[in-house]
Amino acid sequence: MYRYDQYDQAMVDARVEEFRDQARRRLEGKLTEDQFKPLRLMNGLYLQLHAYMLRVAIPYGTLDARQMEMLADIADKYDRGYGHFTTRQNIQYNWIKLEDCADALADLATVEMHAIQTSGNCIRNISSDHFAGAAADEVVDPRPYAELMRQWSSFHPEFTYLPRKFKIAVIASEKDRAAMRLHDIGVRIVKRDGEIGAEFYAGGGMGRTPMIAPLIRDFVPIDQFITYAEACLRVYNRYGRRDNKYKARIKILVHELGAAEYIRQVEEEFAHLLSVGVEPPREELARITEYFAPPAFVDGPKAVDRSDPDFALWVDRNTHRHKHDAYVSAVISLKPAGGIPGDATSEQMRVVARLAREYSFDELRVMHTQNLLLPHVAIRDLPAVWQALDEAGLGSPNMDTIEDIIACPGLDYCSLANARSIPLAQRISERFAETGRTEVVGELKLKISGCINACGHHHAGHIGILGVDKKGKENFQLSLGGSEAEDVSLAKITGPGFDEDGVVAAVEKVTDVYLAQRSDGERFLDTYRRIGMEPFKEALYG
Amino acid sequence: MAKDIGTSPDEVQFRFRDDEPVDHATVTVDSCCDQTNATAVRIEPGDDARVLLPFLDRLALVEVNFPSFGDGRGYSSARILREAGYTGELRAVGQVLIDQLSHMRRCGFDSFAPDKRLDEEDAARAFATWENVYQRAADGRATIADKRHEA
Repeated sequence: MYRYDQYDQAMVDARVEEFRDQARRRLEGKLTEDQFKPLRLMNGLYLQLHAYMLRVAIPYGTLDARQMEMLADIADKYDRGYGHFTTRQNIQYNWIKLEDCADALADLATVEMHAIQTSGNCIRNISSDHFAGAAADEVVDPRPYAELMRQWSSFHPEFTYLPRKFKIAVIASEKDRAAMRLHDIGVRIVKRDGEIGAEFYAGGGMGRTPMIAPLIRDFVPIDQFITYAEACLRVYNRYGRRDNKYKARIKILVHELGAAEYIRQVEEEFAHLLSVGVEPPREELARITEYFAPPAFVDGPKAVDRSDPDFALWVDRNTHRHKHDAYVSAVISLKPAGGIPGDATSEQMRVVARLAREYSFDELRVMHTQNLLLPHVAIRDLPAVWQALDEAGLGSPNMDTIEDIIACPGLDYCSLANARSIPLAQRISERFAETGRTEVVGELKLKISGCINACGHHHAGHIGILGVDKKGKENFQLSLGGSEAEDVSLAKITGPGFDEDGVVAAVEKVTDVYLAQRSDGERFLDTYRRIGMEPFKEALYG
Repeated sequence: MAKDIGTSPDEVQFRFRDDEPVDHATVTVDSCCDQTNATAVRIEPGDDARVLLPFLDRLALVEVNFPSFGDGRGYSSARILREAGYTGELRAVGQVLIDQLSHMRRCGFDSFAPDKRLDEEDAARAFATWENVYQRAADGRATIADKRHEA
């Protein structure tokens, strides 16, 4: 795992002091709220419905036990004893007081953490594959490249007042577990003729105008990686729309110019920047990569005792193939049936931290699906890990099932929301758990957003639900056929929306259609793609 | 004749140059391209700084206007001019605030004429925010990565 040196630490410490000073000037009236707002946002501080919300960055979703324990301490000390893990691998606290914020940031800085650029019109925290460094199918570990980008994008002098926020994901396998093409820039690290390079996609995103990012370059040599990213950003900073915040994301620029013209402009800027020389020295990537050297794996048993059916089910559902055959990556579900997706109590965080220390080489991951992950668990240790998770209410065997719902905070917390997402997620997961249908249905990714900003990724759900306000009442639109994975697609709306009871019933109905029509081995999404929308519409509205 | 625009030397609150400031008005980018004798020009956020590149030799002052602090196009304009070898005065004008100063300086601005005067102490602290920097930019500072790997 990456470790700060004195430079990284000094940067974060300087930022804490800068924020303390900004808060002071705000209190002294030297900064107006309008002037203060972008500054607090760039330190992760939002004003929500009931209180300030602090979003803490977890770069590429990787953290260690000590950091997880600090997140637990922050929850106890400054919040209400819990936190909410997000779809961009970060954590949010919902009940922070403005006057505590600088102290919380200072506490975080003691464990190499911060809230820098987790909001605002700047380059946000870089996300990555949660299985990075563990997955059997990766070309290389993508995190060194993400870390190189983290340093480049932190306090970037030219790109701090972009037209709009800017999200980057970096992966390194054919499988996409980071919704890469639904980012402003998606990067896939690839190998060509033995050389490492980067495939760049630009102009993806969800929100009110969902778009899948087109490929803009199939191979950027790795020693020009940062220069190319800088060119992409400069074109966007200069020509992205600033007249309408809903048309200000890079996806609109790429769409309006056309990918070919955007590419032409980027290539021109790239050629220019190569001549200027903005790339970090080559040795820097090598230095960073050393921190991500694989842990000392040891051989061991490759199978588990399956005599306990509950344990066997959890192993089947929640573990993922590892590059070493005596290990797996174990998903810690934050989706108990009837629970709030992504929430964890401080006690649960401490349990997870202890397990990471004992069983996963002191490493943890936050998944974009709002779960946690022990990336390197020896197969022989799985019974002990499962037992501890189960006792802490973290053992739900439901990864990638209909209970593994992504949901935004919705109207329970968010000042933008039109509808509540959490109660709906709770009802659906409870319903499918009770009827035993979760297992029957298998892989089915359901995603819920409480407004058109789409923080709950509903466009990318096999089933998506969007909450809207219809004449003062919550109404839910159902959509089908989305995917954020390598088979990326955008979901299509089924037809008129439903009330809360209606949409729960509608989700059951579409799973009825699937179960009646599926062929061997087909997931819900595969069946939908084969038979199309009509049979589902018929069942819902016929 | 183009209308006189721009800031006067009196309005400049911070200046990191030793030469005498230009004491006449600036012209718009369009006028600058038409007039062969203009030595001072003002860039608005929507202007393409690159159209000035053929004239850099005769320019002694480029003002970059920030009508709104949240519009960051001027940062790119500044770097583009410096990358092209412009060595004259590069002045940030308009809504120039404390928390923008350090980034502006990194992008190549060497004078500042905020439309509201800034607190001197706050500004001094702001200019000194970053003892080290991650990115190569127009100020030519050695980056953290450079320092990590210097022989």
